[in-house]
Amino acid sequence: MEKKANVLVIGAGPAGLCAGIETGKSGAKVIVIDENTRPGGQLFKQIHRFFGSEQHHAGVRGFEIGEMLLHKCKEAGVEMMLSSVVWGLSPEFRAGVVREGKRSMTITADKVILATGASENSLMFPGWTLPGVMGAGAAQTMMNIHRVLPGKRALMIGSGNVGLIVSYQLLQAGCEVKAVVEILPRVGGYKVHANKIARLGVDILISHTVLEVRGRERVEEAIVGRGDRNLRPIPGTERTISVDLVCLAVGLTPLSELAWLAGCKFGYFPLLGGFVPLHNRGMETTVSGMYIAGDASGIEEASTAMEEGRLAGVGALESLAFISAAEADSRRKEIEQNLLMLRKGPYGDFRHKEKEKIYSEWKKVKEKAGGYH
Amino acid sequence: MSLGKNNPIVCRCEEIRERDIIRVIKAGARDPDAVKRMLGAGMGLCQGKTCGSLIAKIIARETGRSLSELLPAKVRPPVRPIKIARLKKPN
Repeated sequence: MEKKANVLVIGAGPAGLCAGIETGKSGAKVIVIDENTRPGGQLFKQIHRFFGSEQHHAGVRGFEIGEMLLHKCKEAGVEMMLSSVVWGLSPEFRAGVVREGKRSMTITADKVILATGASENSLMFPGWTLPGVMGAGAAQTMMNIHRVLPGKRALMIGSGNVGLIVSYQLLQAGCEVKAVVEILPRVGGYKVHANKIARLGVDILISHTVLEVRGRERVEEAIVGRGDRNLRPIPGTERTISVDLVCLAVGLTPLSELAWLAGCKFGYFPLLGGFVPLHNRGMETTVSGMYIAGDASGIEEASTAMEEGRLAGVGALESLAFISAAEADSRRKEIEQNLLMLRKGPYGDFRHKEKEKIYSEWKKVKEKAGGYH
Repeated sequence: MSLGKNNPIVCRCEEIRERDIIRVIKAGARDPDAVKRMLGAGMGLCQGKTCGSLIAKIIARETGRSLSELLPAKVRPPVRPIKIARLKKPN
């Protein structure tokens, strides 16, 4: 079976849905594809209210933003393909897709927007493969999507926003959070989130790391210890904490296999999660006609992912002549203003700088390849 | 199966341990692709999504190479586990 589209968006999280809305509402034939049974990406497990400006849905809970984006996708005439796995992608934009476990089909598209998100990082220590050790995002999926409590007594590794928010949600779900350990000498995430769990009596152990997890069939206890300035454990500082759940919230890595397959050039940007497909300000990768948005283009937040999805959509629309260059410029200008606002302050400045580096690396690669501008 | 207090599993899908990885690094493996070819680490169901960064860190620690030089192992389709029968031509 073959299917054709003007724009194929891979991933139906905040970036993918916004790319779908942007392109669909201007008349392009758009398919948004996702391997999950429901769209929304991480939004549907985010039961907390978002921060930021009203324009970026501050005060609204993540899953409500998901509902709103889905509704807009429908209005824009976007075709949603769920339970559909993209297992390969050629540089000619032919995607191999297995839908609902049936025979593989091909989708050919004029433009591709990758919005594949990220995967959770793992951390290796003795016992890390025991049942009961899992990603914080996995624990969140179990609780908030499947309504299953992943454990009764938890240890959280990592104090970034994911670690802090999931700790709070574990508490809300009736799980005791014994401690949050953070290897750095400071809390990684927003202070409001840290204060919220501290008020509920959760210890945040800075300059600490997990040394070992023990148990017969599953996690029974964890051993944590203090680390020195070089992050090496200090002997004699070990303590044993009785837990049945150890959550790893130690960062995310952009999910970019399809970009590798299609031949995109990458750069290493550890502050944004590692290897990232180079892209320009309009989110086009080094492969012409292939765009990338959201966490797959460097780990940020749902709000920036939504704006990047729109940017990618504008680029695709312009190159397909669904909108004029002037219209594209005016849309881009507005979106870039929003992104500037979102990438401000102590948690935003570095992302702005890293993104600028990505754009300039993209330019270098394109100039070397010859003929761009 | 031992949890390996001093020799933890790195690649869960293929059950490959840290000491095996250090052994092939000493034998000349300089990047994740070489480790993958010599041991099959990262060739299981998750295709290295879990262990890829762990293996890169071990190589960096053992060889002194920077993580920025250690490209992930080559990506090949299928990037998600699918049944081979799904690729069959219709009769």
